[in-house]
Amino acid sequence: MQVKEKQVFSIPDVIKDRPTHYCPGCHHGTAHRIVAECLAELGLVEKTICAASVGCSVLIYNYLDLDIVESPHGRAPAVATGIKRSRPDAFVFTYQGDGDLASIGLAEIMHCANRGERVSVIFVNNTVYGMTGGQMAPTTLLGQKTTTCPSGRCLENEGSPFKMAELIGTLGGTVFSARVAVNNVKNLKNAKKAVLKAFEIQEKGLGFSFVEILATCPTNWRMTPIQANERVAKEMIPCFPLGVFKDTTKKQEKP
Amino acid sequence: MPRQKAPKRIFVKGNEAVAHGAIAAGCKCFFGYPITPQNDIPELLSKILPEAGGVFVQAESEVASANMLLGAGACGIRAMTSSSSPGISLMQEAISYMAGSELPAVIVNMSRGGPGLGDIGTSQGDYFQSVKGGGHGDYRVPVLAPATCQEAYDLVIDAFDLAFKYRNPVLVVGDAIVGNMKEPVIPRKVRKKSDKAASWCLSGAKNRKSRLLKSLHLEEGGLAVHNKNLQAKYKSMKTEVRQESFEVKDAQLVVVAYGSIGRIVKTAIRKLRTQGHKIGLVRPITLYPFPDRVLQTLAKQGKKFLTIENNLGQMVEDVRLAVCGLADSDFFGLLPGLTPSPDDFEKPILKSLKKSLKR
Repeated sequence: MQVKEKQVFSIPDVIKDRPTHYCPGCHHGTAHRIVAECLAELGLVEKTICAASVGCSVLIYNYLDLDIVESPHGRAPAVATGIKRSRPDAFVFTYQGDGDLASIGLAEIMHCANRGERVSVIFVNNTVYGMTGGQMAPTTLLGQKTTTCPSGRCLENEGSPFKMAELIGTLGGTVFSARVAVNNVKNLKNAKKAVLKAFEIQEKGLGFSFVEILATCPTNWRMTPIQANERVAKEMIPCFPLGVFKDTTKKQEKP
Repeated sequence: MPRQKAPKRIFVKGNEAVAHGAIAAGCKCFFGYPITPQNDIPELLSKILPEAGGVFVQAESEVASANMLLGAGACGIRAMTSSSSPGISLMQEAISYMAGSELPAVIVNMSRGGPGLGDIGTSQGDYFQSVKGGGHGDYRVPVLAPATCQEAYDLVIDAFDLAFKYRNPVLVVGDAIVGNMKEPVIPRKVRKKSDKAASWCLSGAKNRKSRLLKSLHLEEGGLAVHNKNLQAKYKSMKTEVRQESFEVKDAQLVVVAYGSIGRIVKTAIRKLRTQGHKIGLVRPITLYPFPDRVLQTLAKQGKKFLTIENNLGQMVEDVRLAVCGLADSDFFGLLPGLTPSPDDFEKPILKSLKKSLKR
C-alpha cells in the first residue's frame, strides 16, 4: 500500500539553512523562528529592515535573510527611528537583549516608544549578559547569582529587576506591549500571536509595538537545558508575569 | 551696457546658512538635540525641512541623534545632525560605527570652549577630536572648516557630496563666531549628483539578495582586510584637499590659521602688509585631508611659519609634521574664553616675523 505524504510544516525561506552559534537550550533560536514565521506569514520579508543590536543576538544577521544594519550597544531603537523616518514604507524592527535594551539603551527605547515610532521591538529577556559571560543584567532576579553579583542580586545594593513590558505600557506612544514566554507549547503559541499582533500594528501605522520574550541562558545560569527551561516557569514568570500590558487597538475596536 | 542684476542674497547667521545649505543639498532628514551656540540650525530646520518634504526629529540626546543619522545613512538617505563640542563628544560612538560600516552622514560642529562644559563662546579646541578620528578605532573623516557664512552654506552642500562619494561620515567644523555672525549669503541651485546609494543601501530585499551593513568582523583576518580597505579609502581622500592661500608669494612669514580665526588673522595681515611687512596666510579649508603638500612647497622656498589657533596648540602639530625636516612652526594660541580681534594677532605675528628674519 502506498503511503501518501502530506507536508504540514515547513521552515520559512527567510531562515538561512545553517547551524546557529547559540548554546544548547538557548531560546534565541526559538525567538528568531517566531520572528521569521511572522514576517513570512504577513508577507513582510521583502520590505523589512532590521536594526540588529549588541550581545549574543548581534549575529541575527547570520540566520535571517533580511536587510540588516548593526547598531551600537543599546541604540537600535534610535537606529530604527532613523530607518523608519527615512523609509516610512519599510517594515522596521529591532531585536535586543536585556543588557542592550534595559540598561545601556534605556533612554533610546523609552523615547522611541514615547514618540510612537512606527517600529516593532522584540526584547529577549534572559536575566544575564550572555555574550560577555553572565554578568548581572538590569533584569537579573533578586537573589540570582551572576559573575558580578556572586552572592546574589540584593535590593539594597543592586536594585530590583526592570519590568520593561509594564514600563513601556505606560508610555503614550505605545500601542501594544506584551510579555510572553516560549518554555512550553501553549506559551509559544501565545508568543507568536503577540509578535504577529505587534507586526500588524506597525503595518497599520498605528504606533509603537513591543514584545518581551522571556528566555533561557543555560550556559550562564549554570544549568542543563531542561533545568533552564523549568526555571522560566518556576522563577522568571512569578517575577515577570505574562500578559498584555497595553493594547490600544482593543479600545478602537469597541463600538 | 545693461546693468548686471545682482544675485539674490539672503542675510543670515552662519547657523542659518548651514540649515539653508542642507536644504539646497537635498537633505531629507535632520536629527538633533539642543545645545548652544548652534540652536538656530535645528530651530530653522524644524520649520523649513518639513516644508521641503523632509523629516525633522528632536532626539532625546546627541547619542540618539547620531544613531538616528546612522539609520538614515544605512538607508542611503541624505541626513544631517548638528551640535556643539560636548554634544559632538557624545556622538563619537556612532561616528566610529558609521566609519566602520561605511555609512554616509553629515555632522556639523559649531564648536565652543572646553574641556568639559567649558563655555558657550568660540574655540578651536576640537581640532584633534575632529581630524584624528575622535571615536574608537582606526578611522578618519573628512573635515571642512568654514570661515564665513557663505562658506558655511557651500561646505555643507559639499559635505553631502563627499559623504556619499566616500560612504563615510563628514564633519563640518565651525565655531561660535561662524555660527552666530550675520552676513549676506548667495544661495545656489545645486545640481544634485547621484548618490549611487541604490547599489548598497537598505530598502528591503525585494528582487535582490539581502544586504548587511556592519562593522563587526569576527572571522580570522577579516578585520585586518577591512581596516586595510578603509585605510586605502582614507588615503584616496587626499585629492579633496582645499585651502585658501593669501599673499604667500613674496611672504617671508606664512601664518597658518583656519576657520574664523583664519579670517581674523587675514585682517591683521592686510594691515601689517600696508606697513610693508611681508606676511602671507594659508587657511586650510579641509582640516582632513590636511594641506601638507602646499606647506611643504612653501617650506622648500625657505619661508618661515607661524600657526595661530584658538586653543593651546593642536593644528600646529600637523603643520610641523607637514614641514618636518624643512622648517619649523612658531605657535600662538588665543585661549578659549577670550573674544579674538585682529589686534590680538599683530604682536605675535611681528614677533615671529622678527625672529624668522634673524634666522
